[in-house]
Amino acid sequence: MRKKMKSNPYTYFFLLPAAAVYLIFFILPTILSFFFSMTWWTLTDWKFIGLENFKVFLSEPSMNIGFKNTVIYAVVTSGLKVILGLLLGVFLSMRLRSVGFIRSMVFFPALLSTIAVGIAFSTLMHPSQGMINAALSFFGVAGPDWLGDTKIALLSVALVDVWKGVGIATVIFIAGIMSIPQEYHEALSIDGGNAWHRFRNITLPLSRPAMNTVIILSFIGGLRTFDLIWTMTKGGPGFSTDIIASIIYKQYQAGFYGISTAGNVILFIVVAALAFPLYLYLNRKEVDM
Amino acid sequence: MNKLKKFLSLFCVTVLLVGLLAGCGGANSSSTSGEEDTVTVLISNDSSRTAIEAVTDYIEEEYGIKTVFETRPGGTEGDNIMKTRLATGDMADIAFYNSGSLLQALNPAQNFVDLSKEPYMDKVLDTFKDTVSDDSGAIYGIPATSVMVGAWFYNKKVYEELGLEVPKTWDELMANNEKIKEAGKTAVIGTYKETWTSQLIVLGDNYNVLAENPSFPEEYTANKAKLATTPAALRSFEKLQEVYDEGYMNDDFLATNYDAGIKMLAEGTGAHYPMLSQVLPLLATNYPDQLNDIGVFPQPGDSLEKNGFTAWMPHAFYLNKKGEKVETAKKWAEAFLSDEGVKRFVEAASLDGPLAVEGVELPDDVPQAVKDMLPYFEEGNTAPALEFLSPLKGPNLEQITTEVGSGGKTAKEGAELYDQDVEKQAKQLGLEGW
Repeated sequence: MRKKMKSNPYTYFFLLPAAAVYLIFFILPTILSFFFSMTWWTLTDWKFIGLENFKVFLSEPSMNIGFKNTVIYAVVTSGLKVILGLLLGVFLSMRLRSVGFIRSMVFFPALLSTIAVGIAFSTLMHPSQGMINAALSFFGVAGPDWLGDTKIALLSVALVDVWKGVGIATVIFIAGIMSIPQEYHEALSIDGGNAWHRFRNITLPLSRPAMNTVIILSFIGGLRTFDLIWTMTKGGPGFSTDIIASIIYKQYQAGFYGISTAGNVILFIVVAALAFPLYLYLNRKEVDM
Repeated sequence: MNKLKKFLSLFCVTVLLVGLLAGCGGANSSSTSGEEDTVTVLISNDSSRTAIEAVTDYIEEEYGIKTVFETRPGGTEGDNIMKTRLATGDMADIAFYNSGSLLQALNPAQNFVDLSKEPYMDKVLDTFKDTVSDDSGAIYGIPATSVMVGAWFYNKKVYEELGLEVPKTWDELMANNEKIKEAGKTAVIGTYKETWTSQLIVLGDNYNVLAENPSFPEEYTANKAKLATTPAALRSFEKLQEVYDEGYMNDDFLATNYDAGIKMLAEGTGAHYPMLSQVLPLLATNYPDQLNDIGVFPQPGDSLEKNGFTAWMPHAFYLNKKGEKVETAKKWAEAFLSDEGVKRFVEAASLDGPLAVEGVELPDDVPQAVKDMLPYFEEGNTAPALEFLSPLKGPNLEQITTEVGSGGKTAKEGAELYDQDVEKQAKQLGLEGW
């Protein structure tokens, strides 16, 4: 026993601070929220009411829109981030002049605060005074009401999300592409392959791990997104850009603490139910180098 | 040497620990030892503070109580901050907040000091006291603003220019709108970027609802009447829909905010703005030269016989029961309603309506819009908005009115949706019959 302790220079007690933080700030609230989701709750007073809150939350009139929007938003943002990130990644892993500068340009939006981005873009997207429509009208195009038209408002927000998030995706892709051994490229050029063959047969399959990371991260991020939607549209006009997270927040704002907690439990289940199968599926398709 | 080292390290640790403790307690100790007493007031950032500050300056001079303002947003964001700060015990000494149904949602008995025994309560109007009290007879607030109306503000110059008359029925109003639209101006200013502003046509119609259906609020609270199935109440939503259907609003109404709306009204690019009279102090500050170009008329009903304003009871100051300075706050409240305090308030304010304090003479230079509304108050042709007659106000009304007001839903669908929304509120409040 003594000997064993000596061989491991640190005791497990060193884990305690981290474990305590994790327990107090993650595990405990999670368990509590499962409990409070089944209560009528005013923060100071509660009464057990079973699954009533779940029923109320799911019959929320904007819930249909919310579910649909959440999935659309997650698919659109993660899809675009993968495609654009891959293209930028391939481009920026070439040996170009001032590639470092372009890389930082692409990554820069990721450093900004989401709230600031949201406020800036809702000003830029103002239908009559915004810069985007002013620029479009210069070319003779009448720009739409980006955030006011219920048909495109969600996509407008999704585009801003892509603008902000594509930098991270690109960096992950660059790392993935750079780690592909040079020998494969040499072998391909001996066999007489061109640039397209290189992309199709080497870069694409071998950057699969990077792509899976990007898909999972941005898909989960899209499912539980909140801050950008809230700063840009607050779920509006009306309920047209409501997502699950914004519906939850509105319940919380209104003081329906039990219902909003039930909503969070539902969101947790939805994210897990969509993300786990996706993760397993993607992992199975990875190839070894 | 070793001993010295040990001593030094012990010393350092002690100093650090003491410093830490002092740091934690710093806020408390400095405030109690200060010569001047201070109270903190949490106030919303969308209301004019000119008059309130005139009184707090007086309180500081005369009573030695300094007022420190903290700001919060208005609308549902503000509700959220109020609830959260109350629940976490982090409320300022005094809170500025709506009276009526929104107050009821804050659980006042638990959070605020009962002021019903205070002598100054005698001079506060009973209609106001009803909206800041609960069943136990406790009164929680003192009026912090004047009585407001939710009505149609209009630019008199535009009216003169186009030869229009103040409408007495809804049809006349719509006819005016048509003429204004033909003249190339915005007939109705919409500022739905700030969603709460979309509620005014619905909420400001309560005078007409009550004219037809006087017992509606009680039945509504007791779950015996619904908006969607009460024709008079549904009519309020229909009016909102009509304004959209006829295309009377500015094209970018979904992206226009409150400040821009005020600008349009002042400059006459927009003729009508259905709004609360809290715009008047803002007009007085930002567009003093145009202030008296702005008049106001009540949202008309369908018949000529009944015509009156829907009134909003003043916002109130509530004293935080768990605050550290309840006694100072009580003194502050007394000073605020002292004769001199009220005098200062009236002098400084660009008033947006009559006060909820008895025996106050309004000065002659009140804005034109207030002159327009005073006769209605004198003749008793006003009715409180629904939120002051019933504890029920659903949290999603502003989203629903945005949808109806932008053509996303019909009036009937909107009213039905709001009925569902109200049901949740009733259950959260634990009302009987739901």
